[in-house]
Amino acid sequence: MAANVKLGKTSGSVTYDNLTLKERMRKDLNWTWREMKKNKSKYLFIAPYCVLFLIFTVCPVIISMFFSLTDFNMLEKPNFVGFNNYYRMFMQDDLFIKALGNTIMFAMITGPGGYIISLVMAWFLNELPRAVRVILTVLLYAPSLAGGMTPIFKVFFSSDAQGYLNAWLLDWGFINTRIKWLENENYVVPIIIGVVLWGSLGTSFLSFIGGLQGIGREYYEAAAMDGIRNRWQELWYVTLPLMKPQLLFGAVMSITGAFNIGSVISGLAGNPSVNYSAHTIMQHLEDYGTTRYEMGYSSSIATMLFLLMIFLNQFIQKCINKVGE
Amino acid sequence: MNPENKKKIKHLGRLSRSRGGDIAMILFLTSFTLLMMLPLIYAVCMSLKPSSELWRFPPRILVVNPTLKNYRDLFTLMSDTWVPMIRYIFNTLFITVVGTVGHITLASMAAYPLSKYKFPGSKAIFLIIRTSLMFSGAVLAIPNYLIMNALHLIDSYLALILPAFSSTLGLYLMKQFMDQMVPMSLLESADLDGASEWLKFSKIVMPLVKPATATLLILETQRLWTTGATPYIYSEEKKTLSYALSQITTSGIARAGVGAAIQIVMLLVPLLVFIVSQSNVIETMSTSGIKE
Repeated sequence: MAANVKLGKTSGSVTYDNLTLKERMRKDLNWTWREMKKNKSKYLFIAPYCVLFLIFTVCPVIISMFFSLTDFNMLEKPNFVGFNNYYRMFMQDDLFIKALGNTIMFAMITGPGGYIISLVMAWFLNELPRAVRVILTVLLYAPSLAGGMTPIFKVFFSSDAQGYLNAWLLDWGFINTRIKWLENENYVVPIIIGVVLWGSLGTSFLSFIGGLQGIGREYYEAAAMDGIRNRWQELWYVTLPLMKPQLLFGAVMSITGAFNIGSVISGLAGNPSVNYSAHTIMQHLEDYGTTRYEMGYSSSIATMLFLLMIFLNQFIQKCINKVGE
Repeated sequence: MNPENKKKIKHLGRLSRSRGGDIAMILFLTSFTLLMMLPLIYAVCMSLKPSSELWRFPPRILVVNPTLKNYRDLFTLMSDTWVPMIRYIFNTLFITVVGTVGHITLASMAAYPLSKYKFPGSKAIFLIIRTSLMFSGAVLAIPNYLIMNALHLIDSYLALILPAFSSTLGLYLMKQFMDQMVPMSLLESADLDGASEWLKFSKIVMPLVKPATATLLILETQRLWTTGATPYIYSEEKKTLSYALSQITTSGIARAGVGAAIQIVMLLVPLLVFIVSQSNVIETMSTSGIKE
């Protein structure tokens, strides 16, 4: 991979005319080696992190991808089965196709939805005086800090004697019998979306707040002189372009979040949910990985999800780079 | 609102900020905050409810006769464990402090060259790190266990601390903030003065990215503080506070009040860290004017 990067960069002093491939490669390698020696201190800076990252993140991912090509069941020695798992996923597993559809549906709503809520709230907060801003930030982020709010929503929508919503509706005379909020296909999906959106003031929200704090006042003063008229123009031409790094970060966070909402769904609707109405890839993965011990198959599902997210991320990064144009 | 704040708003008002808009915004923010806080308010009230109110019909969110009985019960249960509770607290504190400090240090050190310089491999390394964020952690338990086992880290604090050092989120966050907040011109002028890489990193870069450090501090503290049961630790005396408390909650539905009390107690430390870090972040960076 390193050699590829180099080929694109090498220009200027090195000319390629009249050289055999071997000589070219040697020249490239020499150039790379000189550059590396020149940047020795930079490698020292990244080394401790990268070594640990390689051991505890890259290796597990590679092992898992290898498992996706086997029939590993956690008891017997894994056998290599090639792309059988992937074939099975698309050709024989109707439930996977349903889960894929549901995942994309949930992600398309909660991803952009949560992203916009976080951005708008961070922007609003930034307009406030410092003391008010700090208090509101703490209050808004406190529920995320507490974590594990799903059981509380479960109690709220529960259809048993303790369900808050049913109890109130009964008491006020709106309904005569309890509604099975979480066991009805028509209700459970919107409820899940609502709860996920409620919890969207998380990591991206904090990074947006930090990003807005990094924009100096003088940019706005300069923009005002250049004829920026209102809040919206200011947002689009000054604020957003200056916090592009945080926007990109937030996008990755939102994609990962939106495709991994498994725990909220399992917590509210159970796994499997009624008629698989809220069955997503995460549910499918959990089912095969922890219930059926089909580690090979669940690894291939995870790899598929990974590819899907990479593809989407490429697309979204391109869109964000257009901000402010 | 006191006059000082009004002045501040006026000062903040960069252009076309109407008073009506400000009031509408404050109203909106207040109601939105209440909506967001509702489950947390519920948990707080739940933890203060006497048992008669826990089973009331129709249920109410707010508590009428608050009592500290649930908290007293919690402490009775806590003082009654086989391994003294203080040991669990120490374990969690140790993992959280070492893991957070180590992660912020290593991630910032690695983010600095990746953000500010180009050198062979820099782009590829960052691409791999960013992409790895998207791999679902759900299937990594077994590969992770295999690696921990091969490194003889099973049943040691290191099994929790070392992966925390190299978690992906922090590096990506620090790198993005350095892209935004550290002007290249400052680093170049430091180069002219013959500053070493370490000096540039510790005296120029780190002070400039304080909002990022504050953000990362809370994210990492929160994550490590809530570390629960893991397959890597089997000795009871090395397990975490969150694990020990979850053992108390799972033992019976009648402990709903105690369960809520646990949630509130566990919230206190991250909340404190969050409040302190948020109120210490400097308003805006005075040097950002020389950004190119």
